[in-house]
Amino acid sequence: MLDLWIRYGDRLIDGALVTVKLVALACIIGLVLAIPLALARRSNRRWISVPAYLYIYFFRGTPLIVQLALLYYGLAQFEAVRESPFWIVLGDAEYCGLLGLTLNTTAYVAEILRGGIAAVPKGEVEAAEACGMSRVTVYRRIVLPRAFQIAWPAYGNEVILLLKGSALVSTITVYDLMGETRSVFSRGYDDTVYLYAAALYLILALAITGTFRLGERRMNRYLRASA
Amino acid sequence: MIPEILHFGDTGFGDELIVGALVTVEIAIYSLAIGLGLGLAAAGAKLSHSRILRGVAETYSLLIRGIPELLIILLVYYSGGAAIGALLEAFGYDGGFDFNKRLAGSLALGLIFGAFASEVFRGAFMAVPKGQIEAALAVGMTRRQVFLRVRFPQILRFALPGLGNLWMVLLKDTSLVSVIALDELMRETSVAAEATQRPFVFYLAATVIYLLLTVVSDIFRARLERHANRGIAGEAVSRPPAPRPA
Repeated sequence: MLDLWIRYGDRLIDGALVTVKLVALACIIGLVLAIPLALARRSNRRWISVPAYLYIYFFRGTPLIVQLALLYYGLAQFEAVRESPFWIVLGDAEYCGLLGLTLNTTAYVAEILRGGIAAVPKGEVEAAEACGMSRVTVYRRIVLPRAFQIAWPAYGNEVILLLKGSALVSTITVYDLMGETRSVFSRGYDDTVYLYAAALYLILALAITGTFRLGERRMNRYLRASA
Repeated sequence: MIPEILHFGDTGFGDELIVGALVTVEIAIYSLAIGLGLGLAAAGAKLSHSRILRGVAETYSLLIRGIPELLIILLVYYSGGAAIGALLEAFGYDGGFDFNKRLAGSLALGLIFGAFASEVFRGAFMAVPKGQIEAALAVGMTRRQVFLRVRFPQILRFALPGLGNLWMVLLKDTSLVSVIALDELMRETSVAAEATQRPFVFYLAATVIYLLLTVVSDIFRARLERHANRGIAGEAVSRPPAPRPA
């Protein structure tokens, strides 16, 4: 069991680094894109809210594995795509995996943020307006920071789900932790490699949970100071 | 309108996709049955007074929460299969063991569903007001009657929105069993995509079918919830902003 680690441990670690890179990038870009999407979803103008709703429904209503296949294998069917400048992203498995993960997580995070924005107490918004803040300022200073704070634990869960979802990029030939694991398995059919992979994923998940707990404590430190 | 490769019969893969979609639904239903059983058992264990039972159930949840679904499926199919094979051999059966793919896939997805369902059930259990339990005991019901008549029906009602979300997740997760070459929708799609060299058409078709399954489930879920809440004023359509299970 241990000699498997001695032989392939480096590859698994390399794969884990790819996984961390993909998850970190997708989670940051996804969060940035999710803010306008959540606001669009809440808009009273239907031509803004309906496309946002459809985007979210599409990405939440279909499996990530199919979305990735559609992006990586599906679009490559067209000559026009292969000759376009987008091919730099769409022709590369890793970029394509990152794109798929980002588009997917954006939809989920937008829903989480929408819930957070809806949960911001009305009184705080009214108070801000009474102080004479413009609508943009109210959002920038009051609504969005409060919504983040409220949505933080749910967002942490979403990042864990993103970590688990990132394993699917192995199906479009990315050598992330899952990809390396499956490649090692295919050499000797030694299933202990799955146990090592499971352990590594658990460590990553615990690290994410820990980071979010720390963030939560830091974010709410003003609540403790007075107590 | 519909391209010929999606036609039914010998000329197209339309019928293969439909059959695949039926297998998808079949696997989802098996997994749901296994998952509900496991979820109830694990919720019971989490609420029990035994520290060992609680520890086992919490560990189960923790493991499933942190390990990718894809890996769980591979673990169940390969490692689980090897373990059962070794066990059979130890009992003197040497015919080899061929793990049925549908069973392995449903078992893996059921394991995943059960871990999240246990949290839903636990929450629902604790959401039943204490006063009702006391009232039931006061009118002379036995513990068993209290559970069957007061607690359990309400647990089902409180758990319904959470279970509905888990069903949607499960439906999408069935696509992952394609990695053990189980002939459900995703697998049939990739086989057709490779055979015809027209992946876009097929993956798009699969997307549409998955979306349809989601829409139908959504409608069905709303009806079920309305039915479950029919006796409660003002809650006829309770639709919380569906969070993903954690």
